[in-house]
Amino acid sequence: MLKLDQLCITLGQQYWRFDLALDPDGVYALLGRSGSGKSTLLNLIAGFLDPDSGDVLWNGHSIAHLEPAARPVTTLFQQHNLFSHLSVYQNIGLGITPNLNLNSAQRADISRILVDVGLSGFEQKRPGALSGGEQQRVALARCLLRNQPLLLLDEPFSALDATTRQEMINLLRKLINKYRLCVIMVTHDEDDVMTMKAKIIRLENGTVTLT
Amino acid sequence: MARGIHNSLSPDANLTATTRGVPWWLTGALALFIIALLTLLPLAAMIVEAGDIDWAGTLGNTYIQRVVWFSVTQATWSTVLALVSAIPVALALSHKQIFIGRNLIVALFSLSLVIPTIVAIYGIVAVFGRTGWISSALSTFAWEPLNFYGLPGILIAHVFFNMPLAARVILVSLQGIPQEQWRLARQIGMGPIALFRFIEWPAIRGQIPSLALLIFTLCFTSFAIVMTLGGGPRATTIEVAIYQSLRFDFDISQAVALASIQLLICIGLMALSTLVKHNRDLHNVAFAALPKDHQTRHQHALNRHLSGKSIINMLHWMIIIVASVFVLLPILALILSAINPTTLSVLSDHNTLRALLNTIIVSLISALIAVLLAIFLLLSTRHLRIRLLREKSGQWLQLAGNVILVLPPLVIGTGLFLLLRPFADVFALALVLVIVINSLMALPFALRVLDTPMTNAANQHDRLLQSLGLFGWNRWRWIDWPQLRQPIGLSMAISATLSAGDLSAIALFGSEQIRTLPLLLYQRMGSYRLEEAAVTAGMLLLLCLTLFMSLQLLIGGRTHVEA
Repeated sequence: MLKLDQLCITLGQQYWRFDLALDPDGVYALLGRSGSGKSTLLNLIAGFLDPDSGDVLWNGHSIAHLEPAARPVTTLFQQHNLFSHLSVYQNIGLGITPNLNLNSAQRADISRILVDVGLSGFEQKRPGALSGGEQQRVALARCLLRNQPLLLLDEPFSALDATTRQEMINLLRKLINKYRLCVIMVTHDEDDVMTMKAKIIRLENGTVTLT
Repeated sequence: MARGIHNSLSPDANLTATTRGVPWWLTGALALFIIALLTLLPLAAMIVEAGDIDWAGTLGNTYIQRVVWFSVTQATWSTVLALVSAIPVALALSHKQIFIGRNLIVALFSLSLVIPTIVAIYGIVAVFGRTGWISSALSTFAWEPLNFYGLPGILIAHVFFNMPLAARVILVSLQGIPQEQWRLARQIGMGPIALFRFIEWPAIRGQIPSLALLIFTLCFTSFAIVMTLGGGPRATTIEVAIYQSLRFDFDISQAVALASIQLLICIGLMALSTLVKHNRDLHNVAFAALPKDHQTRHQHALNRHLSGKSIINMLHWMIIIVASVFVLLPILALILSAINPTTLSVLSDHNTLRALLNTIIVSLISALIAVLLAIFLLLSTRHLRIRLLREKSGQWLQLAGNVILVLPPLVIGTGLFLLLRPFADVFALALVLVIVINSLMALPFALRVLDTPMTNAANQHDRLLQSLGLFGWNRWRWIDWPQLRQPIGLSMAISATLSAGDLSAIALFGSEQIRTLPLLLYQRMGSYRLEEAAVTAGMLLLLCLTLFMSLQLLIGGRTHVEA
């Protein structure tokens, strides 16, 4: 499970202190006003920010000292998830190995994961030829293929239109069930929380409460 | 893939920290070390020498006083003339958004950034010189030929180079005026004067101080123009005086004294430019693409009503025509005179071919060094800025690459001369020294071209790169190189073109045995072998255009990659 143990950080004038314990296959929605520190929390877990004190533990092991790439964490960002000069295949392949030397089993994995996100046969397309929803599906495919147990979603569908957004949420729910991940998703939308059947983490006054 | 990933996560297997190949500061430190070695050692040699100088006597020397005074006056006049002529040209071009040849004219305006100084000088002489087109035209009316050499020639050449640069920068800021302001002006019914005062001038005004400072610095340290068109103690700048002291008077202490004065003034100008709210992207703007077609058409429809008054309209056309003719004539004169009876023999001439080979060697190696130094510096500054959020430290590190703006080529040249003289034959090392100086001269340009794309591309994907564990060679191969090969191609092209056309370093260290095309051209012009000079100039221009286009194509590739 994921445990935040007296994790503290000060950024500018603001101070946060996080204490939290999450199930290894729980689905959580992180709610809070803009500026309340939702991204700060995700960045601390993913390792993009260093805490002033405290610890992040996964299954009892501290991961706070690890580089982002070495953590059991994968993130779907709001935007800029893909490199526009690389093909879908290469973009996903970078999630398996940063030198893109892929063996036949790994190549087959990429094709299989593309089927899962409903984009089979898209291997050689460039991100520029895809719609916004399709781009996020490719990014999601890479997240799943990275084989990390903890998936962080930072308002991943906020740039999409309502219909596409609904499709993506349904797809996401299906894939989470299949891959049994621990998910933390930042969102503003109460409907998303319902569809995802997520437990709610509220972020207020620099601290979190699990409801 | 879903199978038991939670449990497979043992601390030793997946949770070991990634070991980073190269520490982030290494490339920057290496570049800094090389730059320091190439600048501080010559500087130290100069300071040691300067200790023995009788400064009171030197500063009281009327020759030195006159040279310093002339350097400042000609640079001031050049700056004023270039700016005063650039503003109406930019205004006219911004009012006339669409006409056949507009793109050609604007492209012509950036050509003066690429064309070697000495080549343009040949063209300017062919038009404005004593036996040039204008003087011949005047003599048919039995009028006196133009009194060209000295201050007038220097000013014409400086305006030729800097007016187009300034006009392009001003034009870009005029085109940045929001559509709403034009609509508002139309609704209020503003006349041309009100339009200029309330809308156009405020947009231009911000650019003037940094632009003026840039042009002043360029003209103050200008070498080839003053050496060719000036001359005599009445029209000599500090740069040229340093050259003359070293090469003709063999007066090392006078060279060091002049170089020290030059150094102090350049440090002052540099300090001033940090005070002035300076525009870091001035050169990028000069090379930038014009707005897309539909934008301009929209603005055109708006502007037509504003400049509809026929006198203003005529005035705009006249300004555009005069400015284009002014820039085009020297280039035309050069091209026309390059085809003459000596063409074939000059092209196959042993001296020409050796100079051509030397020029290619110097330009390619200098460009390679400049671009590598720029990339090495930026790899470190990008980490400082994006990962460590230390913008200021990043800027300071990057400032090291602009050292040549404080230490003009002739000053470094003097230092290198003093440094190496006890150990080696300085003139036998000419090409190496020219490459050193030229790569330092190209470095600020390479940095300016690469800075924004390198920082922006990295900024956009930084967290993704971290989470994927992309760094070192993998990052360079799959991310940085494909994203940056186009700006890298452009910076190589600009650096190579600048180095191929440079006269200052080779004038100092060149000889009968070791010459580049600019030096050969200068010597042929100086000995009035004008037909041979014309062919040499044409060849150098062709070489620069070839280098500029082929390097961009070879390195940048054909496909446009979104950054």
